[in-house]
Amino acid sequence: MSHKDIILCRCEDIDYQQIHEYLEQGFTTIEDLKRLLRVGMGPCQGSTCMHLIQKEIAKYLNVPMEEVSTHTVRPLIVGVPLSAIAGEDYEEM
Amino acid sequence: MKKCNVLIVGAGISGLSIAYHLAKKGVNDILVVDQGYFTNGATGRCGAGVRQQWATTQNCLLAKASMEFFENAHNILDYDDLELKQEGYLIVATTLEEEAQFKENVKLQNSLGIPTRFLSKEEALKIVPHLNPDAFISATFNQKDGHLNPFKTSEAFYLAAKKLGVSFSFYEEVLDIQKEERNFTITTSKDSYQVNQVVNAAGGYSYEIGHMVGLELPVYSENHEILATEPVEKFQGPMVMSFSKNIYCQQVPHGAFLMGRSDPNVKKGHQVDSTVNFLREMSKTVVDLLPKIGSLRVVRSWGGSYNMSLDRQPIIGQTDIENFYVACGFSGHGFMLAPMVGLLLSEIMMGQQPSMDVDFLSLNRFKDKSSLHIEKSVV
Repeated sequence: MSHKDIILCRCEDIDYQQIHEYLEQGFTTIEDLKRLLRVGMGPCQGSTCMHLIQKEIAKYLNVPMEEVSTHTVRPLIVGVPLSAIAGEDYEEM
Repeated sequence: MKKCNVLIVGAGISGLSIAYHLAKKGVNDILVVDQGYFTNGATGRCGAGVRQQWATTQNCLLAKASMEFFENAHNILDYDDLELKQEGYLIVATTLEEEAQFKENVKLQNSLGIPTRFLSKEEALKIVPHLNPDAFISATFNQKDGHLNPFKTSEAFYLAAKKLGVSFSFYEEVLDIQKEERNFTITTSKDSYQVNQVVNAAGGYSYEIGHMVGLELPVYSENHEILATEPVEKFQGPMVMSFSKNIYCQQVPHGAFLMGRSDPNVKKGHQVDSTVNFLREMSKTVVDLLPKIGSLRVVRSWGGSYNMSLDRQPIIGQTDIENFYVACGFSGHGFMLAPMVGLLLSEIMMGQQPSMDVDFLSLNRFKDKSSLHIEKSVV
């Protein structure tokens, strides 16, 4: 299978080849790849792709996977409509 | 100990632009060091807006010239697509006082060649139909303002600078700077360097870097938060902004809405946390001004440092320490001004005549605080 056909980040449609192109340029952390390729910024916020990318970085650097730092987890954990958050305050009143 | 000619502290958009412009003028042996990953600081955390609608002459001129650079940046920097989207900033007025100020701003901007228009409520609603008509009274609009991708713009400057021979080192923190008779000795977390010229472009950490050579730069940092929604089909062209309601909100080309506001009670410091207070206040503000956006889901929020100066305008130029230069105090607008910041500082450092008057950017202006012109058009 072509490396372009292996999708690592489904939200942003980023494939194996794109990840490796940036690894070759020296961007070998998840935080770098996130900003350059948007991996982990989609609706799933990295819950699908991050361990796959972690594995690719570990393989590339030839280090154990636990030495590859994960991305900063940002709130919220699941998507919540803005109006629901805005309305929260009215309920309190 | 290693040697280099120019060491730039900070690989954010300002440091990148300075490195690029110096290298383009033929300066050799430039090293840019950054304490973290690529775009870890304010540049990678900013709201991706670029505008020319300002209330002071100087900011207007800086922003206009920078926009001219961005319009040609894909050619100048030889980069495929920076995601420049010139669909305007629509800035709404909510009080008569604000409207009066905006009319003055439009006059000033027009006199400087920025084609901003003053719009009635009805005209504004034609451009952004989902604005709440009860939430504002009038607006200003400049079609030439808009969106630019900070990550791609940074990468474009980074690659162009590298091609011109600039060296970069990430995850390298500057720990100490000693002024010697003829040069500087800089100690980092990885190495030490003997350096002829130093540039402090450290963004949120500019004060600390200045302090290493005994400067007390009149800047401080504070956290400003942003949230992003899920991506949806395009339905908003311009950035919508209000100073009185404390909001900016745009749909980026990718489809997500980005929005931010400032917290009047935020404490000075380097924290970049996400707070529940921001999430609640931001949601209420956007649902009031742009009710339709209320149905979109928030997927992520984050914070970043504004490096604030006393008059909300940048500090660029020489310091009392010979060969130690600063580019800091952007007060939330370093990204959109970066091309001119890089050009002007490179000219100053090389002893050339600057392309525009730079007195208003100098540290000296703070010696007489009563003469400062404070920029009001800031969220």
